[in-house]
Amino acid sequence: MSGIYRIALKLLVNDKSKFTALLVGITFAVFLMVMMMSMFSGILSKSCAPVYNIGARIWVMDPAVNNTVSSIPMPDYVLSTARSINGVKYAVPLYYGGAQVKLRNGNFQGVTVIGLDDATLFGRPELLEGKIEDIFAENAFLIVKDAEFNKLENPKLGSEFEINDNRGLVVGIAKVASSGLFGVPTLYTTFNRAITYIPSTRFTTSYVLIEPKSETDIPRIQREIAKLGYQALTREQFVKKISDFYTFKTGMGMNILLMTTISFIVGLSISGQTFYTFILENLEKFGAMKAIGAKGRELISMIMFQAFFTSLIGYGLGVGAASSFMMLAKLRMPDYAAQITFTILAFALVMVTIIAGVSSYIGVRKVLQIQPFDIFRG
Amino acid sequence: MDDCVIRASNLEKWFGEGEARTQAVKDANFEAHYGEMLYIVGPSGSGKTTLLSMISGILKPNGGQVTIEGRDLWAMTDDELADLRLNKLGFVFQDYHLFPRLSTVENVAIPLILKKMEWNQALRLALEYLQIVGLKDRAELQPVNLSGGEQQRVAIARAIVGQPDILIFDEPTASLDGDTGRKIVEFVKTNILNEKRCIIIVTHDSRIYEYADRIMKMEDGKITGLENNHLNEK
Ligand SMILES: Nc1ncnc2c1ncn2[C@@H]1O[C@H](COP(=O)(O)OP(=O)(O)O)[C@@H](O)[C@H]1O
Ligand SMILES: [Mg+2]
Repeated sequence: MSGIYRIALKLLVNDKSKFTALLVGITFAVFLMVMMMSMFSGILSKSCAPVYNIGARIWVMDPAVNNTVSSIPMPDYVLSTARSINGVKYAVPLYYGGAQVKLRNGNFQGVTVIGLDDATLFGRPELLEGKIEDIFAENAFLIVKDAEFNKLENPKLGSEFEINDNRGLVVGIAKVASSGLFGVPTLYTTFNRAITYIPSTRFTTSYVLIEPKSETDIPRIQREIAKLGYQALTREQFVKKISDFYTFKTGMGMNILLMTTISFIVGLSISGQTFYTFILENLEKFGAMKAIGAKGRELISMIMFQAFFTSLIGYGLGVGAASSFMMLAKLRMPDYAAQITFTILAFALVMVTIIAGVSSYIGVRKVLQIQPFDIFRG
Repeated sequence: MDDCVIRASNLEKWFGEGEARTQAVKDANFEAHYGEMLYIVGPSGSGKTTLLSMISGILKPNGGQVTIEGRDLWAMTDDELADLRLNKLGFVFQDYHLFPRLSTVENVAIPLILKKMEWNQALRLALEYLQIVGLKDRAELQPVNLSGGEQQRVAIARAIVGQPDILIFDEPTASLDGDTGRKIVEFVKTNILNEKRCIIIVTHDSRIYEYADRIMKMEDGKITGLENNHLNEK
């Protein structure tokens, strides 16, 4: 390390109280920002979980649908029309709805029921126990073993339960890639059983799932579906629609944005302020260094080094604190919806860089203003 | 032999414009030589610091010329000036201006580090200079733990560690008691001054006049006299 950076580092670190205040400010801001964004990201990813779990390339739905749960049933002709569109390899119906399971203790537990196309079982989950053919047996249901599983009193193969006044039988324990947002267990059954067991409107198809023959067929399929007054979205489009809904239509996105901004401002003001006092305290000495023969750019690089060094350490501490916190939280609450993504890390890094940049800018301006002549005059 | 190191000709400096304009230095002409200790004395506000700053590349004059070893000082770029100050000049400020969070030896090493000397080597050399000013045992202390006189000696060590030809002291004894001030200047005269060095000291402390080789008097921005020091029987 070049000597002037070593000097810069010593000036900074030897001033223990200010260095600590700087680190605490930045660490705290990073911690809060990462927590906020990770929470939001976790919620978004959970809200989109069914889209990934089912795995269809194209989802046909009522244009008013903005998340998987609030599906709006469509008439049967949507499915038959979809099957007739040129470029559709196959199209299947999906039932997606809620039901009540009566527990042995007499309480009710809400569940999500997914009804898979009887002919293909398209979108079926991976089974941990049981055989998939058994889904066609009388009253058969698969139960997803996720964080919500024990809300159904830890059912086993062969367990019986009551669902909306019908009998249900557990024939399989399934596993899905990610569990949903709403904290209710998920059951799979066939489409036909779902619509007979669960009271429904005249229309019964929640979604039509389409597999296109090729990527290039997708725009045509979307156009044809649009002619019916419905919407065909690719998986990615659907995920984006759901995310947009939570981000922009629920107040949640705004809240997270506000909290993140506040954390940023708090961090910026604490560390900006502290760094400024630090510079002020050493200002005359920097002026003396100028008189001795330090060049402006050497002083600038010293100050930037100090600001960025502190910020990067604060960043590391903040990210570390946030991820430990999340790990601990997940140990206690398997459902805890928070995930640190690469984007979040990058975003927090950008914010920290801004904090460092602003702080050093203030310092650099001060130090460039100071004239060695003023030092001389005392 | 030309032993003239600094030559100032017709130096002018004023601050402000119009009504508010104050002439800090008027038509200053003088030379400083190797091997001498030149004092600039005069009442407060007479322009001593201003003159000192103009001949050391810190304050640009409004008129006139400064040459250092024949080179026109104020024709240089900012970087050239900084390099000149770093390599040819050493400064001792009235208020020492040591970094409070650095150890004594690190403070002394700063000019060497600015010259890109390797860290350990710079510290080793700085320690030698601390020994010269008699403060080797204070090397690891922070300046706050030193007395005023000791801090001034650290500042002197910092000024001479880069082996500059010209040493500039502005009121070096102003913050010291009389005895300490005298001792320091005596030390500088006997240990730091040599025939390849020129030391310029601004002061209005008559207790240290006896160490001057020549004394230049200033009054109201004008040089009113420059003569050999009769107190100094050299
Ligand atoms: N930056 C400045 N702005 C305005 N006036 C100044 C400035 N620097 C010095 N002066 C004026 O110039 C004169 C000489 O100042 P200075 O060289 O500091 O005197 P000395 O060092 O002899 O006490 C004084 O009248 C002072 O007020
Ligand atoms: Mg002065």
